[in-house]
Amino acid sequence: MTKYEEFLVEKGLFITAILSIIVIILIIGFIFQQGFPAMEHVGILKFIFGMNWSPSDDQYGVFTMIIGSLGITALSLLFAVPLSLCCAIFLAELAPRTVRRILKPVIETLAGIPSVVYGFFGLIVLVPIMRVYFGGTGFSMLAASLILTVMVLPTIISISEDALRSIPVEYKEASLALGATHWQTIRNVIFPAAIPGIITAIILGMGRAIGETLAVIMVAGNVAQIPNSIFDPVRALTSNIALEMGYATGIHYSALFATGIVLFIMIIILLIIANYFHYKKKVVIGGGYL
Amino acid sequence: MNSKYLIGIIVAIVVIIGAYFALAGSSNQQTIQIAGSTSVQPVAEKLAQAYMDKHPNVKINVQGGGTSVGITSAQQGTADIGTASSKPKDSDAQGLVQTQIAKDGIVVIVNNANKVSALTINQTKDIFSGNVTDWSKVGGSSGAISVITREDGSGTRDGFQNIVMGGKNGTKIVSNAIVQSSTEAVLQAVKGNPNAVGYISLASLNGDVKAVTINGVAPSEKTVSDDTYKIVRPFIFLTKGQPTGIVKDFIDFTMSAEGQNIVKQAGAVPMTSS
Repeated sequence: MTKYEEFLVEKGLFITAILSIIVIILIIGFIFQQGFPAMEHVGILKFIFGMNWSPSDDQYGVFTMIIGSLGITALSLLFAVPLSLCCAIFLAELAPRTVRRILKPVIETLAGIPSVVYGFFGLIVLVPIMRVYFGGTGFSMLAASLILTVMVLPTIISISEDALRSIPVEYKEASLALGATHWQTIRNVIFPAAIPGIITAIILGMGRAIGETLAVIMVAGNVAQIPNSIFDPVRALTSNIALEMGYATGIHYSALFATGIVLFIMIIILLIIANYFHYKKKVVIGGGYL
Repeated sequence: MNSKYLIGIIVAIVVIIGAYFALAGSSNQQTIQIAGSTSVQPVAEKLAQAYMDKHPNVKINVQGGGTSVGITSAQQGTADIGTASSKPKDSDAQGLVQTQIAKDGIVVIVNNANKVSALTINQTKDIFSGNVTDWSKVGGSSGAISVITREDGSGTRDGFQNIVMGGKNGTKIVSNAIVQSSTEAVLQAVKGNPNAVGYISLASLNGDVKAVTINGVAPSEKTVSDDTYKIVRPFIFLTKGQPTGIVKDFIDFTMSAEGQNIVKQAGAVPMTSS
């Protein structure tokens, strides 16, 4: 009886695990199948490196949007990473219990706010401010990045805080016992040991930033052009799909799926790079690594 | 503890599914599928709601998708009625019966602080094609014009392109125009920027922005109805062949005085000007 149960649970778990992989493979297969006609129609290189996106003239080039997506993501990580690491270190090492008790739920609430609310806030508040202080229309890469910064903060903060907390307390004790100050201990012992976890946090934050659609549509201006400065409007790959999917037919429809393929490949490349760093920075202790 | 939750959830699901079957399976419903222009959608939804209130055994599904979707789904028969917010090309419309149910004006809007309140169609075209880039050229105080447009495929953009820019092979809307994905977003963008110009459907016009007159005619229900206002597009129902049965009944309802009154309430301009 127990043996039978054991078998059932084991196989059941296996099927569940496999199921998620099957679903992903099906989705990938579907996107490629749908997107391929457009790639074929335009030519893969022309599709990826084309500078013109104008479906009504049969022009499909997504290079401007690749730049747009990368630009917005990079800029928002540039803002979010230092901010959230400082916050995580504070929460993990320095914050008194009461402060932590208030701060932690507040940060987690940030993650629960729907992206349309962030987007609307950006449209009503941030964009006019940008226009007044930096000129132009206000719809800009910077506006999108700032909104995304707020959106990825909770992800990076909570995961890197967990990473910092998971460092064995002996490390800290040993460092302090050697006469290092608290700050020296944080900087030279705790932080370096937590780097793999922190990289994971940044990867997840990056994933959220590059995949965010609605908030970006509302503040980025959605102009398919290579921006000259961070104050110029841009269009992200995700926005391109969401903007036009409602209307598209034929090759245009397929081109939007092809945009999805490009986005997918881009994310995989970024993940590989990030995982490489994760692997290189891992800290070996005794038998395993953190 | 956990299994209690689980049982609770399963019971809830079973009850919901059971209730659904009990309610949905009780009558033999007829359905009408409507798909097409997102501009016609709100009007069609109001009409459908009113029709379903009168005929409880008829269910009408209204979907968006754009004018091109309306044409293809009517052609392929995936929808009983396809909707279009611009007149379909003759080659696309073969075998389709067109019933124009309403008119809609497209309003060119500027910020309330903008001095410009009158444009000609040609000036509008110049502004949106990027030939005129400063408000001083069209009688305003100097300031770089920031053009706001809708996404490719939007019914409003389609109509604007057709009437103002000279159709599909006409002039293009300037490529660095800000693209906003909804009427509301265009309104907000124009409201927030003294130098912005955009276009929306007459029905969505409110006091937050200023509508400019086109060739000296202010957009209103009356000027759209008698065609003195120039930027007017049709709302069309497309059916494959002559409509029959409940589809015909629904279209007749739309064209009746009651139906046209609903069209008016939904913000479009009815065909029969009263």
